[in-house]
Amino acid sequence: MSIDTTPKQSWWNRIAHPGQFVAWTTPLLWPLTIVTALLFVVGLYFAFFNSPEDYQMGDTVRIMYVHVPNAWLSQFVYGVMAVSALGTLVWRHPMADVSMKAAAPLGALFTTLALFTGSLWGRPTWGTFWEWDGRMTSTLVLLFIYLGIIALWRAFDDQLRAARVIAVFTLVGAVNIPIIKFSVDWWSTLHQPASVFRADGPRMPGSILTPLFVMFFAFTFLFLVLHLKAMHTEVKRRRVATLQRKAAQGAGA
Amino acid sequence: MTSFRAMIQRELRLSLRGGGDVLTLVLFFVITGAIVPFAVGPDRVLLARIAPGIVWVAAFLAMLLGIERLFRADHEDGSLVLLRQAELPLSAVIAAKLIAHWLVSALPLIVASPLLAVLLAMEPDAFWRTLISLLVGTPALAAFAAIGAAVTVAIRRGGLIAPILIAPLSIPVLIFGVGSITNTQSGAAMLFLAALSLMAVALAPFAAALAISSAED
Repeated sequence: MSIDTTPKQSWWNRIAHPGQFVAWTTPLLWPLTIVTALLFVVGLYFAFFNSPEDYQMGDTVRIMYVHVPNAWLSQFVYGVMAVSALGTLVWRHPMADVSMKAAAPLGALFTTLALFTGSLWGRPTWGTFWEWDGRMTSTLVLLFIYLGIIALWRAFDDQLRAARVIAVFTLVGAVNIPIIKFSVDWWSTLHQPASVFRADGPRMPGSILTPLFVMFFAFTFLFLVLHLKAMHTEVKRRRVATLQRKAAQGAGA
Repeated sequence: MTSFRAMIQRELRLSLRGGGDVLTLVLFFVITGAIVPFAVGPDRVLLARIAPGIVWVAAFLAMLLGIERLFRADHEDGSLVLLRQAELPLSAVIAAKLIAHWLVSALPLIVASPLLAVLLAMEPDAFWRTLISLLVGTPALAAFAAIGAAVTVAIRRGGLIAPILIAPLSIPVLIFGVGSITNTQSGAAMLFLAALSLMAVALAPFAAALAISSAED
């Protein structure tokens, strides 16, 4: 189980070396953090002070600016994990393992936030914290899948072996994503149907759509920053584990 | 084909001669179903209405109990390594195990379900539909169980994690299984259930084989 650690020439191989990956991506962290902060300042200003109230929902419509980006990320992060899983299984790319592991807790967090904000929004508008409708149920299932994957990561001692097994399960669990996406069209119950990404264009006025998009990018950039940072942490954690093992072997000899 | 049949026979012999495993499973299934009237009260109308759901949940829980033995013993005594090097591809080995697993863990539950039908005051019509929905839907549960067991085979205490992994996947099976009994549009739900079973059984051996070969090398 030895990893080839000699750096190679193509960029693909260069980012495959964990140390090189950290060195390459560290300069990106600060600019990304600043962009994220700016997007949040602009987006939150628009969302709270410079967008109209809804004629039916009043001020509660502002929950949307947090709820929708979180709901989007709950699915997007799973997409990142599924692509990383392919990278693990097909190319055995070491950083794909790290990306897959770092994304799972973030996905669980965004899914929890989406469910929580949706619940807070549902109480004043629908009169209920929770309804067993298609979109909410499938999102709850997504949260269970995330938590199962996290539990699986923690159960394995050997993280290299864990990555390939978990990649298989991640791809199996991916069947849930299209179910969530189309749940509002298949079971038209309480949750409103898709209103931003539609074939005939978004069904919202620009005064609401613009802040929504800014928040959308703000949260997506937040995920990128956190994901990159979590990947760095994971690389360092593995290095510490290796050093500890070496030290223990040295002490024993 | 002969080695495939031999594999099924091996699995059946192992689980039937291994002691009262099958009987324990059936007992668990009946007791789980029979405990519900004590919890919700012996109201016959209410019981008849929720009986299909109770039977499905009891069947789901009972099938979770049996998954540990799917690959665990073979992994521990090393025969899984031999099976991986056999002439039969690993996915075919797992397909054979899946068939045997369904025969010893799902079929006995279905056979025992009349007992629950009496205890839960089911109407004859609802009972027959429950029987058919269990026959159609349990292969999907067994297939997901095989994936869960394969993913956790290398973990020493994987028995606790496998149910957590399988439950979210099994929710659609429960939805359509109960829907095919109680819904007004039960025909559509039954077709969805059949589609789920066919797809799960067709794909699970390959996913499980991939998981096992990844975990072992």
